[in-house]
Amino acid sequence: MTDARLIELRKITKTYGVGDAAFQALRGIDLTIRRGDFVAVMGPSGSGKSTLMNLLGCLDTPTSGQYLYQGIAIELLDADQRSLLRRQELGFIFQGFNLLARTSALENVELPMIYRGIPRAERHHLAAEALASVGLPDKLRNTPAELSGGQQQRVAIARAIVTSPSTLFADEPTGNLDSKTTVEIMELLTRLNQERGITVILVTHEDDVATYARRTIHVRDGLIASDETKPS
Amino acid sequence: MLGNAFLIALREIRRNLMRAFLTVLGVIIGVAAVVTMVTLGQGTTMAVKSQISNLGSNLVMLRPGMGFGPRASSAGVPNFTQRDVEVLRDQVYGIEAIAPVKSSSLSTIYRQKARSTSVTGTTPSYFTINNWKIAEGRFFDENDLRDGNAVCVIGDTAKQELFGAEDPIGRLIRIGAPNSSSSSSSSSSKKSSTSSSSTSSSSSSSSSSSTSSDTVYSSTVQVIGVLAAKGQIGMGNQDDTIIMPLTALQRRLTGRTSSRDVSQIAISAKEGSDSERLVSDITALMRARRNLDRNKDNDFNVFDTRQIAETLSASTQMMTTLLAAVAGVSLLVGGIGIMNIMLVSVTERTREIGIRLAIGARAREVLLQFLVEAVTLSCIGGLVGIAVAFGLCVGISKLIQVPFIFDLKINVIAFLFSAAVGIVFGYTPARRAAALDPIDALRHE
Ligand SMILES: Nc1ncnc2c1ncn2[C@@H]1O[C@H](COP(=O)(O)OP(=O)(O)OP(=O)(O)O)[C@@H](O)[C@H]1O
Ligand SMILES: [Mg+2]
Repeated sequence: MTDARLIELRKITKTYGVGDAAFQALRGIDLTIRRGDFVAVMGPSGSGKSTLMNLLGCLDTPTSGQYLYQGIAIELLDADQRSLLRRQELGFIFQGFNLLARTSALENVELPMIYRGIPRAERHHLAAEALASVGLPDKLRNTPAELSGGQQQRVAIARAIVTSPSTLFADEPTGNLDSKTTVEIMELLTRLNQERGITVILVTHEDDVATYARRTIHVRDGLIASDETKPS
Repeated sequence: MLGNAFLIALREIRRNLMRAFLTVLGVIIGVAAVVTMVTLGQGTTMAVKSQISNLGSNLVMLRPGMGFGPRASSAGVPNFTQRDVEVLRDQVYGIEAIAPVKSSSLSTIYRQKARSTSVTGTTPSYFTINNWKIAEGRFFDENDLRDGNAVCVIGDTAKQELFGAEDPIGRLIRIGAPNSSSSSSSSSSKKSSTSSSSTSSSSSSSSSSSTSSDTVYSSTVQVIGVLAAKGQIGMGNQDDTIIMPLTALQRRLTGRTSSRDVSQIAISAKEGSDSERLVSDITALMRARRNLDRNKDNDFNVFDTRQIAETLSASTQMMTTLLAAVAGVSLLVGGIGIMNIMLVSVTERTREIGIRLAIGARAREVLLQFLVEAVTLSCIGGLVGIAVAFGLCVGISKLIQVPFIFDLKINVIAFLFSAAVGIVFGYTPARRAAALDPIDALRHE
């Protein structure tokens, strides 16, 4: 890609509710994220981090402003088109893991490939490979209830990366994990960022987690308060 | 996309088998009820039809008696005469064959075995009129009739009871008054119900017969043939019968006490004749012969088996339809059950839907998933219901002695109906699932 700009936000606002109950969670965000970057979004609770992530992840649309993802104006897409964009380009990791209950790790990882229409054998192969790459080669048949928190988050990461997305969104991926497991997960994300060139954008409250990122953005009251990039 | 939806739906069903079972229980019961009702109903209709056609097609029967049904009475009503039979044969157009019938319940004895059986005296045309087939030996013929030979043809049940495995052809049986095991000529004066009705005419009758005794003599009769079994009809067993020449019955057993000793006239109509016309012609002629005034009711009944068959099968069919409709309501209730549980499961699975949407499922794919899930469930319910119905039909048809006729059509209809139930009642929950917002759904606890 000649254009290194993966994401461009211009004067993005997001207002929840209407009339007296209206609340402006984002109040004019300008942001550019380059391909292959590793960005940590920090800030106090209620500052608008999750709102921003949902917009970046095309799960939601801004109230005003412009959002270009790889040059595509997201605010012009309808729900189905955004679904297809998420399917093809984006991966998600959640604080609560969000795996399908009573469903094996393998089938959980297969899920996005079913929607992509990948044939059964290939799906199987890729899912097993993804689970191996997150360090769970022997847990294919286990259901979430049979896995530890860290292992569940690894399955979720495997599910997010199995389709080789260009961007990985993670809203507090280590929020439910202990410090040792947090290190493991962050090392995994760093490896994916470095070895496979996947752009990683994560929200965190912990400075330790943020140190893995190359760039750290602080959000406060719906605005970007600071934006620091480590010298490489 | 449909293939994917099917795959996902199957995985979802497998994920929660108990929920799936509860969801489809209503459909299983509904389909099983409908199919069982219709199958058994059709079996009953079929049984009624075949039994009536066993009686003989185009059969018209003449019996003395006033009125129909429970108020019917043959008491005090004169029987027919041989002459009636001849006149009917000569004067009514459309009669193929006609036979006088005189029936009595008499005791039959072979070696140590004695039992009471209906003994019929008639002419050879009786066999063709009533559609009897010979299994062994021969029918009696005109010569036997003319000479009054002491021969008889016995029904299958009579054969089993009297002879068991023994070959009855050529054997001699004793026939006499009911319950008189002794074989004296002065048999008891006990009256069998049929013989009393056929011979003792009351004073009001114009019959010439007086109150003369209906003494039954005893006689030895040779078995010359065995009839092919017809099976049960209604409450009576047609196969428990002994048929002999009318002349032999009159001369050797009942005596010729009166000329009015024909208790029934059996008539077969010509193929393609108008049976209503035939019945009215017979009625008119018999009224004239029995000197009935205009304002008097018939003192005899004319039964047309074709009419009876039509009436009976029409009423069983109506019954079947009614029962199937009631069962259909339970299928509808089953559909509402599906909708209910699917709606609950959409709420229960909101987070799952959120995950699917975040991963890139389109709303229509979620809709299709839930719809396919509902339809798959209801189709499985339909298939299981059909299997249950099959078992029930096999069991119940044995129990109530109705033939089990597997009807592909009703099974296919029931299956398609269950699929339709899935579509109709799965649509609302599916729409609700598809309308969810991914962020709200993911946040759902
Ligand atoms: N669906 C919604 N309707 C109304 N208000 C909302 C909605 N979602 C978020 N908000 C409000 O928007 C603001 C930003 O919320 P957001 O979830 O983005 O915060 P956050 O930075 O992620 O906080 P935390 O660190 O606690 O997760 C909050 O004040 C919140 O109450
Ligand atoms: Mg948040």
